[in-house]
Amino acid sequence: MSLPQHLVGFGDELRREGVAIGTSELNDAFAALGEVGWTAPGPFREALAATLAKSPDDRRVFDLVFDRYFFRAAEGAALQAGIRESEAAAEGMGGEQGDRIDYEALREQILEAIAAGDEAALRDLARLAIAAFGRQGQGSGVLGVDVQRIRRALGLKSEPGQMVKGEGSSVEYPLSRDQIRKFEQYLRRELERAQIERTQTLPAARPLNELDRALPSGPAQDLAAVHRVVMQLKRRLASQGHQARGHARHAHVDVRRTMRASLETGGVPVVLKYKPKRPRRPELYVLCDVSTSVTSASVFFLSVLHALHDSFRKMRSFVFVERISEVTDVFSRERDFKAVNEAISKDAGVADVSGYTDYGRVWREFLESVEDDLHPRATVIVLGDARTNGRDPRADIFARVSERAGRTFWLNPEPKLYWNYGDSVISAYEPYCEAYECWTTPQLETFVKALTRPMHA
Amino acid sequence: MIVPGSVDDVTSGLQAAGYLPGESTALVSYLATRLGKPVLVEGPAGVGKTELAKKLAEYLGRDLVRLQCYEGLDEAKALYEWNYRKQLLRIQTEAEDAGWQAVQDDIFGEEFLLSRPLLQAIASEEPVVLLIDEIDKTDQEFEAMLLELLSDFQISIPELGRIEAKTMPVVLLTSNNSRELTEALKRRCLYLWLDYPTPERELEIVRLHAPELPETVAARLVEVVSMVRELDLKKPPSIAESIDWARALLLLGAEDIDQQTFRETMSIIVKHRTDLDTVAERVGVRLAA
Ligand SMILES: Nc1ncnc2c1ncn2[C@@H]1O[C@H](COP(=O)(O)OP(=O)(O)OP(=O)(O)O)[C@@H](O)[C@H]1O
Ligand SMILES: [Mg+2]
Repeated sequence: MSLPQHLVGFGDELRREGVAIGTSELNDAFAALGEVGWTAPGPFREALAATLAKSPDDRRVFDLVFDRYFFRAAEGAALQAGIRESEAAAEGMGGEQGDRIDYEALREQILEAIAAGDEAALRDLARLAIAAFGRQGQGSGVLGVDVQRIRRALGLKSEPGQMVKGEGSSVEYPLSRDQIRKFEQYLRRELERAQIERTQTLPAARPLNELDRALPSGPAQDLAAVHRVVMQLKRRLASQGHQARGHARHAHVDVRRTMRASLETGGVPVVLKYKPKRPRRPELYVLCDVSTSVTSASVFFLSVLHALHDSFRKMRSFVFVERISEVTDVFSRERDFKAVNEAISKDAGVADVSGYTDYGRVWREFLESVEDDLHPRATVIVLGDARTNGRDPRADIFARVSERAGRTFWLNPEPKLYWNYGDSVISAYEPYCEAYECWTTPQLETFVKALTRPMHA
Repeated sequence: MIVPGSVDDVTSGLQAAGYLPGESTALVSYLATRLGKPVLVEGPAGVGKTELAKKLAEYLGRDLVRLQCYEGLDEAKALYEWNYRKQLLRIQTEAEDAGWQAVQDDIFGEEFLLSRPLLQAIASEEPVVLLIDEIDKTDQEFEAMLLELLSDFQISIPELGRIEAKTMPVVLLTSNNSRELTEALKRRCLYLWLDYPTPERELEIVRLHAPELPETVAARLVEVVSMVRELDLKKPPSIAESIDWARALLLLGAEDIDQQTFRETMSIIVKHRTDLDTVAERVGVRLAA
């Protein structure tokens, strides 16, 4: 294909992803390419970006589509020409076959490459990590999930404990989310390349996964987006929650305390004081999978958790990877989302031993810690992808949880298309809960409506 | 006046003027001079948007014409205005003898025109760099007027007729993202997103602005600043803060950034109360005692 054809094709794909591109943009892009020596990859990409992507959001989509489009174009050409990347290189670097791969050493190398910004090394290391990981067991069947598993197996997290040493410097600085994401991109690309070579076909071009598109580019934007979601949910839950509270039988106004408080407002009783109620058992239990610690899904889930805590006073929450860890106190202590996030990532460390979600163990531990508490008026919500990596889902224990609780919901961040595909076992749990696809605010609202519907116990 | 021949020319030209551009900055600036399209520059506060325009003008050997936008900015302040006082004066002194009608033709001549930045940039004999700073502070109506100007490079003044550009300005518009700009305006522009620099480039920038600061301190400063930017702060430190901090450390004769030095000077790089707490807790403790 010629350059103009590629450009038109690329523009088409951007349009399909919602970037406003017309002929005038394509003209500009073509003119810009005429002005810069675009044989180098940098100027080629930047000249296109300057003319086609005119906001940070568009730029994010641009980068994803750019990688995919030109990667596919190159791989397509390679397929036609019968060129294969030799796997020998990666094997050779991996050391003796069959040996346990030294993840620690691999991790060190990756951290170094990240610190040095060494792209070529990152690419090689991504392949090496994939090769090492491949020997451990089969993949999940979903690229994005495999990427996350490999990342976690390597212990790459953006949290206070993870420090990178700068080149020739003594000061360590934290591994940033962007840096991790960069490595994830290499992983994804190399996984995709391996797949293409295995199957000898280009996979069908699919629209960008919403989760990919939603990846925030920096911490500031990240938080803003989260806050919007939280606010929306909070308002919704708050208004519905108030109604419920207003109708509750035992919300008696404490006249004396109300009058005393009204002295401050010149005698107008603006702040109603309620008589303290008898402590009740928690009415909401939330279990949140934090294994995908740098993806937007888990930020989204944490913000949901945060908002729920704001609206429901009687609630207990847990995070889990391989084990569970209760974080209820974190929320009662910290109001600030950022602080919560930080504290949770520490707790997630507690919950993460092997880096694999072990749902069987999670249900067992959960049941142990809440068995006495759980009651038919309680609601249980699980936030997770139901990917067990081949372990026994132990739906029998989950069934016991569900039996004791009034209602049980499951929010799955994966598109329904992926459910029960690869090692997703959501269908094992579906008899015992209502499962929702949920990784956007509108989906969350659908769920919230269900949650605030009166319970038919 | 200079006409750059390549992206590398622009890079070294800006460097010589004291501005260290990133890859895309140099490339887009070059494209602006070649394609004659305005550039919309967006990014967080203090990453060098305004400075880029100044230094580009310096490098290109052009005058900088700057229009600082603000809420309520109107055409009278941006384009042109009639010099009312001067007109009145003329009427008072001449209407007696020549008659009102004759004077009226007179007082709408160029002599009574106050040209504001936009007209100035268009009418200039020598090509200029036109900086329209913080365009997001204006309203959509103003934006529409600007769009027309940037499309045709001409201004029509009812009393005078059309004034066409004699020379083509290089136009930079900056925005802090306080509101979405219209699609039409964006369509007209090349887009440059200026972000916080890489540590390597920031080190160079700091060294440029505070050359006497020991290299080791400067390197440490950049590392600490990048650490601070990683925390979700209300207002992360920008290049401007890095430079201020470097100068302060220089004055203090600091040889290292230890806990005490950091505690005493960190209010230079973070301003918000809550940010200060976060930074003290998360970064301060990690430095040498
Ligand atoms: N690439 C650079 N090379 C040299 N100095 C720089 C560079 N970038 C920024 N600076 C310095 O950083 C300071 C802040 O830059 P400037 O005022 O242009 O930021 P800005 O993006 O316009 O900020 P605001 O959005 O607040 O207007 C200036 O003192 C400038 O000298
Ligand atoms: Mg500025």
